Amino acid sequence: MVDLKVNIGKLMCKNPVSTASGCFGYGHEYDDFLDVNRLGAVFVKGTTGSNREGNPYPRMAETPSGMLNSVGLQNKGVDYFVNEIYPQIKDYQSHIIVNVSGSTIEEYVEVTEKLNVLDKIPAIELNISCPNVKEGGMVFGTHCPSAIHVTREVRKAWDKSLIVKLSPNVTSISEFAKAVEGEGADSISLINTLLGMAIDARTRKPVLATVTGGLSGPAIKPVALRMVWQAYHAVKIPIIGMGGIMNATDAIEFILAGATAIQIGTANFIDPAVSIKVLEGIEKYCDEQGVTNVNELVGALES
Amino acid sequence: MKKFVRDFELIANKRINREYYLLVLKSPERLPEMLPGQFVEIRIDNSKDTFLRRPISLYDVDMDKQLVYLLIQEVGKGTRKLAGLKAGNSLNLIYPLGNSYSLPEEKAKVLLVGGGVGVAPFPLLAKFLKQNNVEPEFLLGFRNKELLVDLADFEKYGKVFLSTDDGSAGEAGTVMDHSVLKASSFPYVKVYTCGPQVMMKAVSKFAEELQLDCEASLENTMACGFGACLCCIQETVRGNLRVCKEGPVFNTKDLIW
Repeated sequence: MVDLKVNIGKLMCKNPVSTASGCFGYGHEYDDFLDVNRLGAVFVKGTTGSNREGNPYPRMAETPSGMLNSVGLQNKGVDYFVNEIYPQIKDYQSHIIVNVSGSTIEEYVEVTEKLNVLDKIPAIELNISCPNVKEGGMVFGTHCPSAIHVTREVRKAWDKSLIVKLSPNVTSISEFAKAVEGEGADSISLINTLLGMAIDARTRKPVLATVTGGLSGPAIKPVALRMVWQAYHAVKIPIIGMGGIMNATDAIEFILAGATAIQIGTANFIDPAVSIKVLEGIEKYCDEQGVTNVNELVGALES
Repeated sequence: MKKFVRDFELIANKRINREYYLLVLKSPERLPEMLPGQFVEIRIDNSKDTFLRRPISLYDVDMDKQLVYLLIQEVGKGTRKLAGLKAGNSLNLIYPLGNSYSLPEEKAKVLLVGGGVGVAPFPLLAKFLKQNNVEPEFLLGFRNKELLVDLADFEKYGKVFLSTDDGSAGEAGTVMDHSVLKASSFPYVKVYTCGPQVMMKAVSKFAEELQLDCEASLENTMACGFGACLCCIQETVRGNLRVCKEGPVFNTKDLIW
């Protein structure tokens, strides 16, 4: 029997497998495909202070080994989440973690305060890395003093576990990892999508209405692995790794690079039951490798 | 409706014309209820340059034989890959997805207006209408006679009016030019449409002027197909809705397009 329990800072998870925000709805979209209760955690859709309709269509472009999206944080706002969605999902046996987004520090704090009173939300993921909104989002995640400022203010409003989701669209991921650790983040998650674009040569137009969007899928995995590995050597807090994980082997690679837990994002769109397959695959790998506790693998990269 | 993910066996891949083909797929088990307007998401295997599944509308379903029929047009890398599949190949499907067409309030005649591969949902819709004592008739438009589909699949449910852009089959012009829409009386209580957006908008406007209910099935680029990614939105009077979940069928009076 492999011990799969991991601690992401203050947050104890029954296993390291979770699903990424924006790729798993609120969990119940996947009830037909898998037992959501088996996951370590579910990171639900980015939530803002008020209703956002998101960006115009087209919002998606398929690219080699991946996809671009420019959804732009479409959600019905924190009050709707608290009153309508939370009652439907609070009884999952997996941790429900809300991805907190905003355009201003005040908005981030407002969303955080409203979530702080919900018993069954043990952690928030502070999204300072959404590339698809004009104001806020990635601006906070690519300018270090802003990252520090928003983390500090949200930390004051949030008693439970605070995860900060970092942007890969920076020169030094270590600098941002250290900066948010210094402001009291309990853990960091990375990477969010890489800013990219797609062009239709025939029409000479960009494919996305917003021109640029966030790249995800296996295309970004090498970048994500490198950043997790760099962050692991820069901070002491745990890391939740993500970026193009399609199977258990990919997940193990992230854990070896230094991730305590992992998130599965885009892969859910192609195989909606992939997260459970990854979970079972990690267990099998541990069995085969004589690993009795998955934590033995964290950062166990040999060089 | 509960959704499933299963491997189907390809029974036949029939060439319909130089652009369209019909996949006949056998389910490994009894099929769940599948409604007209709903679609499946097909995984494209062994293909380095396609990453996501392809959403394809249900053309017909045979519950007894556990068969699913899909009419597909070759438009890109994914549909070209599927076109090359042979009987005996396995295909992974997520199904049934999306909402469905609804019955008219009055059990009378209805008109199904389709263009090109947009005629795909109509055989299943017509079967469903007939089962509910509604009489479907069809107005189908194609570029020319070389690009027609198998009209027998439609004629078994009701009369087919045909138009082609070049007049090589049926009346010349688009469906909007067809005499059935120009006649002094319009004997239908509801209009269903699927095809190019410009055609659906024109059909919707026509129905609106006659104060008739009109339902359109929309196409959109999707990443997941089951409501998680929020990529395939359509602007409506109720805000941005997901074509894969709240659609693909919308009452045209709700659409902002």
